[in-house]
Amino acid sequence: MNVSYLYSLLAVVVLGLIAYAGAAIGLEVLFGIIIPYLAVLVFFAGFVNKVLDWAKSPVPFRITTTCGQQQSQDIFKQSKIDNPSTTGGVIIRMLLEVLLFRSLFRNTRAEFNGKKVSYKWVVWLWLFAFLFHYSFLVILIRHLRFFVEPTPFFVKGLETVDGMLQIGLPGLFLSGVLLLGAATLLLFRRILLPKMNYISRPADYFPLFLIIAIALTGLLMRHFTKVDIVQVKELTLGLAAFHPGIPEDGVGGNIFYVHLFYVSLLFAYIPFSKIMHAAGIFLSPTRNLANNNRMKRHINPWNPQVKIHTYEAYEEDFRDKMKEAGIPVEKE
Amino acid sequence: MEELPKPDEMFEDIDHTPPDEEWEKIESPITKGRFAYPAKDKNLQIMEFRTPGEWSPADEEWPLPENWQEIIYEGFRERLDKYRSLKIFMDTCVRCGACADKCHYFIGTGDPKNMPVVRAELLRSIYRKDFTTAGRILGSIAGGRKLTKETIKEWFSYFYQCSECRRCSVFCPYGIDTAEVTMMGRELLNLLGLNINWIMEPVANCFRTGNHLGIQPQAFKEIVDFLTDDIEEITGIKINPTFNRKGAEILFITPSGDYFADPGTYTFMGYLMLFEALGLDYTLSTYASEGGNFGLFTSSDAMKKLNSKMYNEARRLGVKWILGGECGHMWRVINQYMDTMNGPADFLEVPKSPITGTVFDNARSTKMVHITEFTADLIRHNKLKLDPSRNDKFKVTYHDSCNPSRAMGLLDEPRYVLQNVCNHFYEMPENTIREQTFCCGSGSGLNTEEVMDLRLRGGLPRANAVKHVHEKYGVNMLACICAIDRAAFPPLMEYWVPEVGTTGVHEMVANALVLDGEIERTTDLRFEPLKNEEDEADE
Repeated sequence: MNVSYLYSLLAVVVLGLIAYAGAAIGLEVLFGIIIPYLAVLVFFAGFVNKVLDWAKSPVPFRITTTCGQQQSQDIFKQSKIDNPSTTGGVIIRMLLEVLLFRSLFRNTRAEFNGKKVSYKWVVWLWLFAFLFHYSFLVILIRHLRFFVEPTPFFVKGLETVDGMLQIGLPGLFLSGVLLLGAATLLLFRRILLPKMNYISRPADYFPLFLIIAIALTGLLMRHFTKVDIVQVKELTLGLAAFHPGIPEDGVGGNIFYVHLFYVSLLFAYIPFSKIMHAAGIFLSPTRNLANNNRMKRHINPWNPQVKIHTYEAYEEDFRDKMKEAGIPVEKE
Repeated sequence: MEELPKPDEMFEDIDHTPPDEEWEKIESPITKGRFAYPAKDKNLQIMEFRTPGEWSPADEEWPLPENWQEIIYEGFRERLDKYRSLKIFMDTCVRCGACADKCHYFIGTGDPKNMPVVRAELLRSIYRKDFTTAGRILGSIAGGRKLTKETIKEWFSYFYQCSECRRCSVFCPYGIDTAEVTMMGRELLNLLGLNINWIMEPVANCFRTGNHLGIQPQAFKEIVDFLTDDIEEITGIKINPTFNRKGAEILFITPSGDYFADPGTYTFMGYLMLFEALGLDYTLSTYASEGGNFGLFTSSDAMKKLNSKMYNEARRLGVKWILGGECGHMWRVINQYMDTMNGPADFLEVPKSPITGTVFDNARSTKMVHITEFTADLIRHNKLKLDPSRNDKFKVTYHDSCNPSRAMGLLDEPRYVLQNVCNHFYEMPENTIREQTFCCGSGSGLNTEEVMDLRLRGGLPRANAVKHVHEKYGVNMLACICAIDRAAFPPLMEYWVPEVGTTGVHEMVANALVLDGEIERTTDLRFEPLKNEEDEADE
């Protein structure tokens, strides 16, 4: 059994303790201001750098993965989204990929039953991934409250929906629980399914533990240790306005600094990790190009000159045999 | 060839339980029967590739050049700069595992390195170590791995256990295309002089002789003459195809496998009979006597060299457009590479069927039409006299070849043709057809005898689906539009489902096709009676 997840778990726990201890010994400025700023800087610089680096390489060929009927004679109904031949089709295909994880939705599981191999549609990975990403998105948007004053209307609206269960005070947000649940399921999937366990490495577990830790510290702060939300907001608004400062009365518990440190780590980690898939999907040539190759010529900027074996050279090799067989030749 | 286990034994022996040891620590099993023979120097010389001399993958020490690490590093760098796809495919995988059990080689071998994700990791781990910040600093914690001679052996083993079928790419949430990863891996190996002969010999042959099999022009003509004799015997009609004829309207190009060995030859006879029935103004070429392109399995440059013959010959002969036969990877090259590499084909006209007047607008730039597109259009316009009952002894299913399905989307045309020429047509289960089709197990230059064990395992998912419809509907004929399929399926079926034969779509067309003035047919194109004996007894 591959236990590499233990390293990642350990790393996340240790990092959390460092932040906790740091805040306790009076390093609030480091964990509350300097590191968050650095993290955001690293995130933007790294993210832009990575995307520019991708964009620097050309797309020499139009290699799409076609997942349906091509455009052909009109009796054959084209699969306009899964095998798009127009930009409109590509846009819809990309929207479905980015917003609904269309390809993942196809997932099947191969099974050996008696003498048969069967392929069953399985929705779990798609479902966990969907819940994971969307609850994360909702949480991200909700947190705008901490960086924008007054709180935008859509944040308030979202909070109303997100808190509709009306459990506890302050009210429990569905998204927080869902994120924690989905991330945990994704984690268990990696640890417990033999194949997943086999292919998983620290780089797979680390971001999962990190996000679980972010969710846990968030829930902890809101519902148990009860940070001083007014002070927290003062700090975060200060950060957003580039007037950073640590509130004099504290934020009501060092767990906040742990939470913020984890978030900072995640941001800084993104450009150097697999989380770049979020940007990569937009540039994936198999999905973002139209299958119109035979209709419209694609240009390769480095199309090389190659040495070919010309017809003339070929005829030189075989002229006599061709003549004897009655095959026309250029030079008699 | 090593002794093969019995089918049941092989099936029961497949174990998908991952080993205890991490894949990074497992040495590749390069033993006899698990590798294809290396390319011979004489073939490499023709293509001006590095020649390593005589060697065997079973050797402890491989004939790597002195600066092999530098060659790999530089080669990798160059390819990252040339292909955005490679960068994206190296950076975005999250190892979600969706691809893991989509690969026919993984399903058939249970070898974890045959999971597409791990196959790509073989390359990715080196990429991370040498080309990413995180990997340079964190090494193995960030998934990086040092390039060693063992890595090269591993690449050789596993990039030649991938048939570039692209099934995993359908399921990947980021569209990562393992075929491209494998192609890059093979190109890097090629830089070191490490190739397999089953690919390199066809490449060299095709370069010099015009086709993979090295059939010289006069021999090509003899073979075709021989096939037309057979057609005459069956139909009473003598066909005289022309070769290298200038001024023909259409140049017809098909893989050499179609005129080299049965059952491909029956498909070739089918093309000739169809063209005869139409009175088509076409010519064959001895120079462009190959539709397939094993350059695709070697390197981008090799592919371009071989592919150049199609347009060059079309230009020399002054034809209006090109018609292409039934072949899988040939159509990947035509659809995704040809126009870009060797176009623009501005000396040709937008293909128009001289029989129906249909303009093949979807081929307006490349100017090359797939024969099933052409035939489907004929049938739709009622231009063919067909007697599908002549195929009544066949219960037919259709195998989507990987490349036409996932690199083109040619799905309904061949089905339409088949359903019009056969009365008994049955689909295999839906997760095994169309864009989810399974490879024959022998694609991308792996259809060589010495890796038969791998081929049978890789072909298991396909064969098992055939077996399903054989048992359920009595299917006894597997139709396909790929010359490699037609070479690979006979032994695959013989092993897993011996009651099922292999055919091309146009063999079925020609069986049903009524030629003007033909004699009463008593046999099909294989000289076998039109009806099975037991069926006749029933009547």
